[in-house]
Amino acid sequence: MKITVNSIPHDVTGPTLHDLLVELGYITQGQPLALATALNDQFIAKSDRHEIALYSGDRVEILTPMQGG
Amino acid sequence: MKLYDTDLTSRLLLGTAQYPSPSVLLDAIKASATQVITVSLRREMPQGSAGGFYRLLQEANCHILPNTAGCHSASEAITTAKMARDLFETDWIKLEVIGQSDMLAPDVFELVEAAKILAKDGFKVFPYTTDDLSVGERLLDAGCDVLMPWGAPIGSGQGLRNPDRLRAMRAHFPNTPLIVDAGIGRPSDAIQAMELGMDAVLLNTAVAKAGNPVEMARAMSMAVRAGRMGYLADPMERRDMAVPSTPVFGLAELS
Repeated sequence: MKITVNSIPHDVTGPTLHDLLVELGYITQGQPLALATALNDQFIAKSDRHEIALYSGDRVEILTPMQGG
Repeated sequence: MKLYDTDLTSRLLLGTAQYPSPSVLLDAIKASATQVITVSLRREMPQGSAGGFYRLLQEANCHILPNTAGCHSASEAITTAKMARDLFETDWIKLEVIGQSDMLAPDVFELVEAAKILAKDGFKVFPYTTDDLSVGERLLDAGCDVLMPWGAPIGSGQGLRNPDRLRAMRAHFPNTPLIVDAGIGRPSDAIQAMELGMDAVLLNTAVAKAGNPVEMARAMSMAVRAGRMGYLADPMERRDMAVPSTPVFGLAELS
C-alpha cells in the first residue's frame, strides 16, 4: 500500500505502524531508535504502534530528538 | 528554585542547538552547570544520526525540556508535545507557538489555547510568551505554573529590550517562576535579567555562537549567580546627582 512517510511516498506491506517502522529500517534487530510517531496528524504512542493498522494514502510522521533552543 | 515539583540549584537553562560540535555542546553543558537543557523533535531518515544525539543527552544527565519550536498553531504544538512526551518520557514541555516568522513572536492566542489543553492532559507547560501581563494571567488560568517571557526576539542577542515590562511582570506575579527566554546575548544581559528578579534565564545562541562556547557557558553561569545574589542583596537606589562616598566632615581646610 502507498504510505507517505515524512512527505516521501513509500510502498509498504504493513499491516501495522510498527511493521512499517521495521520495514523502512527505523527499527533494527528489535532495537527501536528513539522516535515518536503520528498518523494523519494524530499522535500515536509507542505502545499503540502494534495495534494501529495502516491504509493506503495514510500519512506518517516519524520524529527523533534534535538539537533545540 | 522550584519548577513545578522539581527543585533546581542552577538558574540557567541551556539550549542545545547550533554548537560547533557535539563535544563542544557537552563541554558547554558541563561548564554552564545547568540542570535543564532544551531539545527538539525533527524528521529523521532510517539509520539517521539522531541516535548519537540521544546518547549525548543521556550523558549530559540533565532534565530534558522538549520544545515545540516551529509550530504555528495550537493543534501542531499539541501533537508535537505528545510526541515529545512519548519520546523523552517527560511531561515537561516548552510550549512555543509562533505567530510571526520574522520576529518569531509568540501567537499568544494559540499559545493560551494549547496551554489549556496540554495542562489538562497532565503536561507541565513552560510557555514561551511575551511580557504582556494579561497574557500571563491567561496562561496561569490555563494551568501554567511557570511563565517564560521573551527579552528580545529569539536568536537576536539584543538583550532585554523592555526591562520595565519584566519588572512589571515580577511585581504582578510575585509567586510565579519567571524565566527570561530568548534575547540574551551577553553575560551582562543575564545579570540584568536576574537583578530584575527573574527566577532564571534560558539561552542558547549566546553560548553556541560565542567564539568560545565553553567559556561563555561558564561566564553565563557566573552571571546568573551574580545577578541573583545582587537581586537578593537589594541594590541601592539610583540618584540623579553625585553624593560623595568619602565623608566630608573633618576635611582639612587647605588653600
